[in-house]
Amino acid sequence: MAAAEEEVGGLVFHPMDQFIVKPLFGDGPISWYTPTNAMLWMALSALAVIALLVFGTRGRAIVPSRSQSIAELTYGMVRKMVEDITGKEGLKYFPYVMTLFCFILFANALALLPMSFSPTSQIAVTAVLAFMVFFFVTILGFVKNGSHFLGLFWVSSAPAAMRPVLAIIELISYFVRPVSHSIRLAGNIMAGHAVMKVFAAFAAVVALAPVSILAIVGVYALEVLVVTIQAYVFTILTCVYLKDALHPGH
Amino acid sequence: MISLLQQTAPVVVEQTETVTITESADAAGHAADAAHAAAAAHGAESAAGMPQLDISTFGNQIFWLLVTLAVLYWVLSRIALPRIGGVLSDRQGAITGDLMAAEEFKQKAKEAEAAYDKALADARAEANKIVAANKAEIQKELDKAIAKADAEIAARTAESEKRIGEIRTSAVEDARSVARDVTEELVRTFGGTSDQALVNEAVDQRLKGALQ
Repeated sequence: MAAAEEEVGGLVFHPMDQFIVKPLFGDGPISWYTPTNAMLWMALSALAVIALLVFGTRGRAIVPSRSQSIAELTYGMVRKMVEDITGKEGLKYFPYVMTLFCFILFANALALLPMSFSPTSQIAVTAVLAFMVFFFVTILGFVKNGSHFLGLFWVSSAPAAMRPVLAIIELISYFVRPVSHSIRLAGNIMAGHAVMKVFAAFAAVVALAPVSILAIVGVYALEVLVVTIQAYVFTILTCVYLKDALHPGH
Repeated sequence: MISLLQQTAPVVVEQTETVTITESADAAGHAADAAHAAAAAHGAESAAGMPQLDISTFGNQIFWLLVTLAVLYWVLSRIALPRIGGVLSDRQGAITGDLMAAEEFKQKAKEAEAAYDKALADARAEANKIVAANKAEIQKELDKAIAKADAEIAARTAESEKRIGEIRTSAVEDARSVARDVTEELVRTFGGTSDQALVNEAVDQRLKGALQ
């Protein structure tokens, strides 16, 4: 398998191996229902969310326990985000936004465990998440506003001559949204994990090991930040798109 | 990552000799797919290019993602979020209730303070009234006592004056009788005839100026 490995001065790099989707049992072909590591870690993310938001709040205490505080903070943050960006009528879609935020945050965070698999580094996963938002928002826009939704592309505040040009630009930017939305998340997570693996390979050389380990610690700390920020960014963009659907026009 | 992909993709193609390389991601995906198949054939697992572009795993990932999201959405929208929302609004209600109760207690405390002040003022007024009444009573008794003492003093003074008067008159009488006797005796001694009435008249005449 010399083709798949890059051997540099005796070092073996497999920075991308961690992203391979494997069956959990045996190594037969992967069909749509096969339990895979992707399934396992998505399920663990969902279970972690449920553990926090359902079991963490089972006390229903007026004075909250620690886990209930975290659940309430998350709830309050996402709800405030939805309300601030989309307004009161956007709160109807709060559970959907909350689901996205929690799933992405926990999938990202659990992927930082050693030997884990990161579902959000998979373009298939993030693309589905992004296109779900895209189609949902587009359909919602037309259902709520009818043809007025097209006003999103017709910048009425611009000079008349500019409007057709701007309309084309707006149209392109609208259709690029799901692409950037999904690649931003997958790219960030994948890059961080791959960089950590590359530094890990350097740790095999005694002279480089301390630098390598320090670098891994640094990158890991950065990744902890990225994990949260990317979940936040994905969610806030979802809210912005939702706002466009509910209130088209600039 | 793209550069890595571009570096490895041609090598993969050389090995597997199944696809021609193009710039599209689709082709790269096929290449990765083929490499994956080759890896499986060799019994070793190693990534060629980006495993994310291995289209053969997409169906699996999308299926499980949709299952996960559906479960998560159901649990959040049915259980978790209503519960947390309920707890938050309960807390808000409890805080509002407590604030209102505190306001009520504050009002009560104010009322109690006012009642206390009023009671204090009443007690003070009552005390003043009692003091005034007592003072008046004492003054009255005092006046009575003073009047009584004055009357007694006046009575005693009168009595004393009467007695002094008596003493004085008796003293005058005594002096007169002594003067008469002495005069009579003197007259007799000098050999004169003692005419009682004459002597008396002469003595009285003389005493008139002295004993008044």
